[in-house]
Amino acid sequence: MNKDKFFKVSAIVVVASWLFLFALLPLLGIIVFSFLQHDADHFYLWKFTWQNYQQLFSLPYLKIFWHSIKLAFMVTLVSLILGYPFAYFLTKLSPKYKSLMALLVVIPFWTSSLLRSFAIITLIQANGIINTVLLNLHIIHHPLQLMYTNLAVLIGLVYNLLPFVILPLFANMEKLDLRLLEAASDLGASKFTIFTRVLLPLTRSGIFSAVLLTFLPAMTLFYIPDLLGGAKSLLLGNVIQMTFLSARNWPMGSALGISLTLIMSVLLIYYLRSTPKHEREAL
Amino acid sequence: MNKLFQRSYLGFIYLLLYIPLAILIVYSFLDSHKQFTWQWYQVMFADSQLWTVAGNSFLLAMSSATLATLLGTLAAIVLIRYRFMGKSILSSTLMSYIILPDLLIGTSLLILMHVFNVSFGYWTLLIGHVTLCMPFVTIMVNSRLHDLNNKLFESAQDLGASEFQLYRRIILPLLFTVIVGSWIMCFTLSMDDMIISFFLAGPSFQVLPLYIYSLVRLGITPEINAICSVLFFATFLLILCSQWSIRKR
Repeated sequence: MNKDKFFKVSAIVVVASWLFLFALLPLLGIIVFSFLQHDADHFYLWKFTWQNYQQLFSLPYLKIFWHSIKLAFMVTLVSLILGYPFAYFLTKLSPKYKSLMALLVVIPFWTSSLLRSFAIITLIQANGIINTVLLNLHIIHHPLQLMYTNLAVLIGLVYNLLPFVILPLFANMEKLDLRLLEAASDLGASKFTIFTRVLLPLTRSGIFSAVLLTFLPAMTLFYIPDLLGGAKSLLLGNVIQMTFLSARNWPMGSALGISLTLIMSVLLIYYLRSTPKHEREAL
Repeated sequence: MNKLFQRSYLGFIYLLLYIPLAILIVYSFLDSHKQFTWQWYQVMFADSQLWTVAGNSFLLAMSSATLATLLGTLAAIVLIRYRFMGKSILSSTLMSYIILPDLLIGTSLLILMHVFNVSFGYWTLLIGHVTLCMPFVTIMVNSRLHDLNNKLFESAQDLGASEFQLYRRIILPLLFTVIVGSWIMCFTLSMDDMIISFFLAGPSFQVLPLYIYSLVRLGITPEINAICSVLFFATFLLILCSQWSIRKR
């Protein structure tokens, strides 16, 4: 019996100490750091200040927040518009092919997102495929400038995040009782009404998981705007990365990181408040 | 008509997903005059730095996947089977780390390692990747444990199995597929991770994604096409193997 107790205690101690040392402690550290002063020689000074948070509300940072949220919103919206019907049609396939087709969505997602962003570059650069095809078909006469624009960043992010929209929606719709849609149509609802009054409300938790899984990464995948957008498309993730590694202003970087976490918490709390427990998807 | 529309929409999205990758592979076999060539693969094989960082990445992915699977499985078992003080803190930390942006894991560990004067390299990367992967393992194992019948464990104990025997003979064999699955997931997560490695790598230990990133930033060389194609096939094979091993059971 004593041996059993020993196993239990040591298992708990190992797991808890890893999480304490490498998850809780660093998070605590980043909170503490966000209140420290910046020092050019030592990254930080052990002196309390509100200054970092005040700076978050200065114009340059507000602009970055606005730009990031706008782009992340666009990315989420485009991914949802593309992914929602896809997930729905996928559920309607015969069970024989369904799991294979779902697996086909996952395979590109298993390859590195750096690799997929690079693939996008070969597609849209000045002498890339899209321009070559359009020029040869005489649809355009000069190569389109797609690289280093906001559109390029949008394409790159949507391409990288699309599986994160499709999979939670697919999982959610799989559990859906399709007879409800038939019932609505038998009772005389138009296609539009069925969609807005029946399908959308029933897939709400799936939509929310999808939003959560795309909105935040869209702000933090800093290497995608870095590779596709040039210097123009600064996102919150880029700014955090640069504040830490180039400007070496760790306190300010920490404050920016905390603000990112706050955005995440707002989304989460809204989700938990608005969704009854049995409907919540495992994220 | 309706069905045709649905099928073609599905096909359209699959094209969107696969065309960029297909083009990458085709380009890796073309020289500057659009003729077939093995040249870029030869360049790739001659690139000694590439092999060093690829070896580093492989070593890191193997070790962090193993450690993360071990810890994650242990965490799932602990959370399901035991009651103890601070359990809710433990589970909520794990769950919040699933949605916490990688950027925050990277920067917060950067600060921690700096404060404790740890030099950046293999060990910092290992800690970062294990912390990144472990919650995913816990979730996967947890859902499998939920499906299993708790009475199974109770009856084993009634029949006199010790805690250790219970794990060795009953729990671990039942969890085998999900453990293999999560190990593979951790392996690819670690192989592909860019954000955490960005903050925690040191000059002594570079990893593959960072090397590819620096190649891409320096200007596009067709060598990257070759590296990417090889990596893509390797990933594809790995998934195929995992699917096969799961089916077989």
